[in-house]
Amino acid sequence: MGRVSPYPASGSIGRNNQMSLIFFYITVAVYIVSTVLYFGYLTTHRERLLDFGKYALIGAFSVNTITILGRWMEAGRTPAASFHESLILFAWVTVGLYFVILYKYRLSVLGAFVAPFSLMLILTASFMPKEIVPLAPVLESYWLPFHILLAFLGNASFALAFFFALMYLIQNHYLKSRKLGGTYFLLPSLEVLDEVGYRCISYGFTLLTLAMITGAIWSEYATGNYWEWKHRQIFSLIEWLLYAALLHGRLTVGWRGRKAALLSTAAFCVMICSYFIINILAGGAHGLLR
Amino acid sequence: MNLVIVGLNHKSATVEIREKLSYSDEILGDSLKALCGSYGVNECVILSTCNRVEISAVSSDIEKGVWEVKRFLAESSKIPLEELDEHLYVHKGQDAVRHLFRVAAGLDSMVVGEPQILGQVKDAYGNAVHFDTAGVVLNKLYHKTFSVAKRIRTETRIGAAAVSISFAAVELGKKIFGDITGKTVMLIGAGEMAELAARHFLNAGVREIMITNRTYERAVELSRTFNGTAIMLREFPHFLKEVDIVVASTASPKFIIKPEMVREVMRERKYAPMFFIDISVPRNIDPLVNNVDGSYVYDVDDLENVVNANLKERSKEAGEAETIIDEEIDVFYQWVKSLNVVPTIIALKNSFNDIRKSEMQKAFSMMNDDLTDKQRETIDAMTVAIIKKILHNPVQHLKREADTVDGDFYIEASRKLFDLSEELDKQKKAQNSED
Repeated sequence: MGRVSPYPASGSIGRNNQMSLIFFYITVAVYIVSTVLYFGYLTTHRERLLDFGKYALIGAFSVNTITILGRWMEAGRTPAASFHESLILFAWVTVGLYFVILYKYRLSVLGAFVAPFSLMLILTASFMPKEIVPLAPVLESYWLPFHILLAFLGNASFALAFFFALMYLIQNHYLKSRKLGGTYFLLPSLEVLDEVGYRCISYGFTLLTLAMITGAIWSEYATGNYWEWKHRQIFSLIEWLLYAALLHGRLTVGWRGRKAALLSTAAFCVMICSYFIINILAGGAHGLLR
Repeated sequence: MNLVIVGLNHKSATVEIREKLSYSDEILGDSLKALCGSYGVNECVILSTCNRVEISAVSSDIEKGVWEVKRFLAESSKIPLEELDEHLYVHKGQDAVRHLFRVAAGLDSMVVGEPQILGQVKDAYGNAVHFDTAGVVLNKLYHKTFSVAKRIRTETRIGAAAVSISFAAVELGKKIFGDITGKTVMLIGAGEMAELAARHFLNAGVREIMITNRTYERAVELSRTFNGTAIMLREFPHFLKEVDIVVASTASPKFIIKPEMVREVMRERKYAPMFFIDISVPRNIDPLVNNVDGSYVYDVDDLENVVNANLKERSKEAGEAETIIDEEIDVFYQWVKSLNVVPTIIALKNSFNDIRKSEMQKAFSMMNDDLTDKQRETIDAMTVAIIKKILHNPVQHLKREADTVDGDFYIEASRKLFDLSEELDKQKKAQNSED
């Protein structure tokens, strides 16, 4: 089970990607609109702009979904092979997870961080080669979509935890300096930011663990080895250890508040840097395309 | 619509004038009845609070309405109108609607955004309903006003910012702890200010209050009123680790809470945040405590700054509230205009029909027996057709113009040209008896 690709054999370079490209550019545009609206909210404090920003983000998410589905059909394989595809998927998962969080916590202002972050990912994607590259049939398996989804959900959780950490640091700065103004009135309380940020990290950690397990199984099917000490795997391990340390510190010696926020920020920076470096240097997810 | 609001408030008149004009509950009913009776106003509501007295009234003629309300105010306050007049503001038509929306939303209040005024406006309207002086226009206007005020409260944060020092402290606590219920407060020094702060925190739902004081008896006494725990002053550091919010207000000339102490406590609390409020002068809490991770120290000056920041934020919200008011005025005026044009058209048709009927009566009685039934029917049908044709264009134009800026002017002109006031009065009476 799993060795046989469920999809038709991958096509050659130059397969038609016109449709998904059109949707891709619409996605870029709608993310820009949403980001502008959220920034407008942060500066003018007009509640109406917060609503409009959210609607625009819902729109962006929808077009983003269409782009991914279109790409999937055009490529005939899971659309996460090139860096371009990977970035689009990352943005999509992050926004999707934001809406899930929103359902539970109603922290609409979080959108003001999610929108520009996703815009940044999507803009980077627009500078990357967009052609559809073939994926060696041996890599395509049932495990692949699960592995990818888990990995991105984990990363998106860490991204949200990072936004909460940022908000914590901003809010902490206002409260410590005793000069209230600007976004102080828009952001939630320190306790909430600390708590929800911690939850995001614990969910992210679970997802990352599962992603590493499914990745190992997938690797076993594709190459016959569970673990090969490739860049991606090494960086995943570092990431895993960092967040494990963070959670451990919180539960044992009470790393919370500002310290937790700073650590979460640092861990996220390591994660995002390794993500970019591996993809740019190695070309494509995991450098497996070479 | 002939709506006017005449009145005075804290900006336009001193308290000496305002107190002469207040309408207490005992005389309110008679005053309302007098306005609608002997002063000849159609509908009226009297709003009387310590900061403002104003009357919204609907009359058949705007200028007459203004004059009658002014006369009423002068006569009931026993201040000569010449003297009173300089303190009065007058809002007419759309301007009056805007004014009422702003008042109810707290935008015209001394403390912008204060919530009490909405309740007072509701009471004022309730009284008018009770004494039967609110009619079609004011009913609709006040209901709209309440919904606008509610919308402004939910869509802007105009009421959210705290404006007194104790209240600001509670709000700060909420920004640090999120949920303040279940937190523990320690009062170090049991003075009046500390007591006030404690009351605010209790109202916000804190779980426990610990009280420590130089004279232990006073601490015990206060702990009884708040159902708290009294602690000896020399022992208070041992309890600090259980405390989330500290309110210091002793007369001690030196710092009684120092950074080393807080650092130690923080470790024991696993860095759960602490909020220190220092309302004593000279200060009791070393400002360096603020540098300890997770602890936030605010002295009296800092709290004053917080109050100012809150006020500034409120004025920003006020701008947003004004936008909502603009929108709602448009909605309201759509209704007002439709209200005006329909009765006008009906009155116009009725008055023409009345003329037709009376002239036909005269003609038929003169020609008495010379007409057959068939001929009578023909003449009747002809006159009906003539009136229909004559009125066709004016009615069409009235309907069309009602939605434009000059709508009121057209309606007013038709009423004057065809002398429709009697007809409209009849309609109003019919409608009132239906209600």
